[in-house]
Amino acid sequence: MKEIWIQLIYLVSTALFILSLKWMSHPSTARRGIVSGVVAMVAAIGGTLMTPGLESYHWIIAAMIVGFVLGVPLAMVPLTAVPQRTALSHAFGGLAAGLVGAAEYYLRLNYQRDELTGFATGALTAEVILGFLTFTGSLMAAGKLQEWIPTRPITYKNQNAINFSLLGVALLCGALLVCFPTCWPLFPVIVLLSLAFGVLLIIPIGGADMPTVIALLNSYAGLSAVAMGFVLKNNLLIAAGALDGSSGLILSIIMCRAMNRSFTNVLFGAFGQVQAASGAVEQRTAKSATAEDAAQIMDAARTVVIVPGYGMAVAQAQHRVRELYDALTKRGVEVKFAVHPVAGRMPGHMNVLLAEAEIPYDRLVEMEEINPEMPEADVALVVGANDVVNPAARHDKSSPIYGMPIIDADKAKTVFVIKRSMNPGFAGIENELFFADNTLMLFGDAKVVLTNLVQALKE
Amino acid sequence: MSLTPWILLAESAEGSQLSPESTAFLTSLFTLMLATFIGLEVIKNVSRLLHTPLMSLTNAISAIAVVGSIVLAGQKVPSTTFSTILGSIALAASMTNIVSGFLLTDRMLKMFKKREPGKS
Repeated sequence: MKEIWIQLIYLVSTALFILSLKWMSHPSTARRGIVSGVVAMVAAIGGTLMTPGLESYHWIIAAMIVGFVLGVPLAMVPLTAVPQRTALSHAFGGLAAGLVGAAEYYLRLNYQRDELTGFATGALTAEVILGFLTFTGSLMAAGKLQEWIPTRPITYKNQNAINFSLLGVALLCGALLVCFPTCWPLFPVIVLLSLAFGVLLIIPIGGADMPTVIALLNSYAGLSAVAMGFVLKNNLLIAAGALDGSSGLILSIIMCRAMNRSFTNVLFGAFGQVQAASGAVEQRTAKSATAEDAAQIMDAARTVVIVPGYGMAVAQAQHRVRELYDALTKRGVEVKFAVHPVAGRMPGHMNVLLAEAEIPYDRLVEMEEINPEMPEADVALVVGANDVVNPAARHDKSSPIYGMPIIDADKAKTVFVIKRSMNPGFAGIENELFFADNTLMLFGDAKVVLTNLVQALKE
Repeated sequence: MSLTPWILLAESAEGSQLSPESTAFLTSLFTLMLATFIGLEVIKNVSRLLHTPLMSLTNAISAIAVVGSIVLAGQKVPSTTFSTILGSIALAASMTNIVSGFLLTDRMLKMFKKREPGKS
């Protein structure tokens, strides 16, 4: 009888998870989405605690306390560190799925042989491969984002061939295990290969591709929950895992489209290596300006479009941007923010940083909406963005970023670019925007330049 | 009888009634298919503004693996010290994701504000 109630609770929980994601569609309803998500999760946990046969509650309570103790500080990280935290969180998700899969296999092998059917073993193998590769892959991604591991792609000869043969061997072992479920020595081999594959899959991927990679790992974490659902015959796991998997999938598709690249290219292209062609570019000079010059021009402008990029996050300059926004708005200048989908290190990174600085979200405009307005903009101010405003993407067929949708900052009447030095950006690509006739460079740390700019505006 | 897709084929060949195991498996497949389509439709409508909070919310939701971990950490039969410890680690990891996922999402969403009325 209890079982019926547990299943009904799971049913309600699934519905609430769906509502939770549905309410995320708009900032005005999004917080309701959290409430619904929390209720769903509490219901799922409560229902599971009613499962007949649970006895070792002290282990459950101890583990939950550990989870709380680790979880609270992880939620308090500075917003610039959210990409690393998200990657770390995927790693935990993958680890949980992998461990449950391993323990289930071990228990069934020793005590419940009749539950170790070919199909169950197949689902277990899928869970373990996905779980452990997500675990190490996400750890590598977090390490790259935290810059503990070099963010440039690490490559070696025959990389893709080696990686694929690793995965191939793991899948082959999985297939053998499905045919001979009790041939247990295959299992640790699968675990080790998946762990290794996760590392090797991520090291050749560069920092600027992290938005796609994080989204993809999000999807894997969901899929490993789906596989766990098939092992445990639990529809709640399948439904929630599928929601998560499709969310990660959609986000990574959006990211790929915003870079005009395919999944395969992101995962196996080792994008961001030093471009061989960069030496051939003729030496050109960019014009530079002082903060006072820029203040004068902005003061006279009607509309200013600010284009933020990863450099703003690195310099922690979002609060200075807010001061500039205030100073300009006070003078009757209309200020908008043009946010490129892949600006930053994870989907939506810039929006969160600007929201943290209390910039109203209706000022944040998506690329497709701002581009038609760019020719009317008096000033475009680029803060720490580079490749996403490179006009070469529109016309230079030899450029590695050719075809990528960009923010047309160059079409504004005057363009200011805040930049530390003339070093090319992440992808090592020369940016012709810096040399355009209507571009003026503001050299220096973004925080300092913006402070001077605000100061000059007030005088 | 075991729960395998091959059994489904065998059953269809015999033209007999579906076994309870096969019915359960088919129901799970239906759930997967429906949840994937709902997920794709719902997520497509999420504003790009909120993609970062969306990711931390789905972090918390994918920690639904907590369901499997609790059973593994708490069940007596069958269990060994090994399986209890693996289950407890998995439970701690899922719990971390649940707590930090929801808290962080809430913290970020609080920051999204509209322009105050009266101010331009």
